[in-house]
Amino acid sequence: MTDSRHLGQLTAGEVAAVGGMDLPETAAGRLREMGFLTGASVRMVRRAPLGCPIEFEVGGARLALRQADAAQIFVQ
Amino acid sequence: MSSDRTFALVGNPNTGKTTLFNALTGLRQKVANYPGVTVEKKVGTGRDRHGAAFTVIDLPGAYSLDAKSPDEEVTRAVLRGERPDTPQPDAVICLVDAVNLERHFYLATQVMELGLPVIVVINKTDEAEERGITIAAKRLEERLGVSVVPMQANERVGMEALQVALSASDLAQPQWTAVEDGDPATRYTAIETLLEGTVARSEEDRQTPSDKWDRVLVHPILGWVVLLSIVGGLFFTLFSLAGYPMDLIDGTFGWLGEQVEARMAEGDLRALITEGIIGGVGGVVIFLPQILILFFFIGLMENTGYLARVSFMMDRLMSGVGLNGKAFVPVLSSYACAIPGIMATRTMESARDRLITTLIAPITSCSARLPVYVMLIALMLPVGTAGQKALVMIGLYVLSIIGVYTFAWVFNRTLEKSEKTLMVLELPSYQRPSWREITLQMYERGKIFLRRAGTVILGLSIVLWAMTTYPKSDSEDGSEQLAYSAAGRLGKTIEPVIEPLGYDWKMGIGLVASFAAREVFVSTMSIIYLGEEAEEDSVRDRMAEETRADGKPAYDVRTCLSLLVFYVFAMQCLSTVAVTRRETNSWRWAILQVVYLTGFAYLAALATYQIGGFFLS
Repeated sequence: MTDSRHLGQLTAGEVAAVGGMDLPETAAGRLREMGFLTGASVRMVRRAPLGCPIEFEVGGARLALRQADAAQIFVQ
Repeated sequence: MSSDRTFALVGNPNTGKTTLFNALTGLRQKVANYPGVTVEKKVGTGRDRHGAAFTVIDLPGAYSLDAKSPDEEVTRAVLRGERPDTPQPDAVICLVDAVNLERHFYLATQVMELGLPVIVVINKTDEAEERGITIAAKRLEERLGVSVVPMQANERVGMEALQVALSASDLAQPQWTAVEDGDPATRYTAIETLLEGTVARSEEDRQTPSDKWDRVLVHPILGWVVLLSIVGGLFFTLFSLAGYPMDLIDGTFGWLGEQVEARMAEGDLRALITEGIIGGVGGVVIFLPQILILFFFIGLMENTGYLARVSFMMDRLMSGVGLNGKAFVPVLSSYACAIPGIMATRTMESARDRLITTLIAPITSCSARLPVYVMLIALMLPVGTAGQKALVMIGLYVLSIIGVYTFAWVFNRTLEKSEKTLMVLELPSYQRPSWREITLQMYERGKIFLRRAGTVILGLSIVLWAMTTYPKSDSEDGSEQLAYSAAGRLGKTIEPVIEPLGYDWKMGIGLVASFAAREVFVSTMSIIYLGEEAEEDSVRDRMAEETRADGKPAYDVRTCLSLLVFYVFAMQCLSTVAVTRRETNSWRWAILQVVYLTGFAYLAALATYQIGGFFLS
């Protein structure tokens, strides 16, 4: 698989382009509506003090996702 | 006139929709629920430039019209005129955020496909400017053929232009070709075309002021220090500073009672007014300062954007039992009072999370339990030091925290799972708080609290008063009258059930009375042991002397512990039952809550008393 790396593996400040998602359709749809489109550039901002969730910057907005969900969003 | 125009206010969460709603309507607003769902319905009225009245419906925040939460479902249905309780609006005010224009146009373009006239409001232009983003609103206006108003709603900048736009005699339909394809990517491509050349970004990657704040506020160590200080400050204010206005309210109602007593002849009517009505209403109003303080803190945290950071930090601690970070505030609020706590669950999107949080909220040690705890701990440890007493008190709080987590876990396991919902938490930029808005929210919440809880408690105190007064015995003695009254007979009837817990029939009356509101226990004890007009301290003395048939003290350590455990868990608050019923829109959950909590309280108290028998005699 070419998309093996996922959003949950990014380090603070790292930028990546969104690839495929392995999430139920409603969840994937919601993420796409919020800007996690294929090819969109996502920057990992920081992890919460307890390690989860993770703050990302996408399309100028700051959105936090849980590690488990972020691990289902692959990067190109 | 029924020809008043109705505007629907639509936008993503955190766009400043409430601010704009307040600016348009001021205090002329009503908050209710949409029948059948736990979604708040806010409707207000304003006046346009010609003095004509208009109605504004503040629709719940939504990211898209492909509804994924109950809030979004309502927004979609109202906009399409599919809700029988709400007429379809005449036009839509669509609020978008200048900083994330593309994403906000996702909803905005969907709204433009409904066939309704639209006014686009671009909010937070100041923040966008700070971040080097400039928007050519005029160009966008030409492309869409509708008014596009740049605003800073929190500073009321742009209100005039918006007023002009919504006073127009015929509002324009947007020129926008519907995106038929359901794939978000197609819509984003269309939005890109629409916005082309209207948004300019300076290339340098600036650090936002929010980032500087976040360095401290969600710092792995400093973040917790700040959060703990705020929670500590909140509790200090709730339990110490709130005492002053509470004493004042208590004194006022006491004075009112005395005035009535001095002016009326003794009799049932006077007793009904002083004990039933003034006592009952006073019993509710006394919690108002705590409710207001709580909503001041929550409003401040929400208004500045800090609340989202609290959820961000707390999520990990809540996810283990199936809750998410957003449940933190409702649970925290419930430590003051479960009623605003349950009302605060409305900020959560998932109906399932909302339900679980509502079901566990009454286990938190609300302030109404405090007088009961204080009284029972004093009886349990008559010669104990302040430190020992404080330790018992802390133990009760710890027990309630364990209870909250355990039952959240149980409900998370047993309640039917909805499709696994994604947790997406938006972290908006920090903002200077709007005191006007916070005050308005405190006012609204205070009003709702007084109306909802007030009516229930008032009715119940009258019933309780009647039950301890009738039927009348010939005896002049208060406690003999009590034994003869309906409440006394009830106490004796339930005595066999509560005996294994270590309680006698008099305590039974206290328990039954407490089902209206926990703190009633204290006043009921005064009526039982002393008749009316009792000083609390002397009730304790009298209770300490109370003995069982075998001559041993009635309020020994075993019984007191058993009572305390019972009060930690039992659902003894009719106002909460009423609020749960309202918020979940079903008696089913309200009844389940009463049954599971009271059932568990009974078992826990039984275990405490029986196991206690091996250690304490």
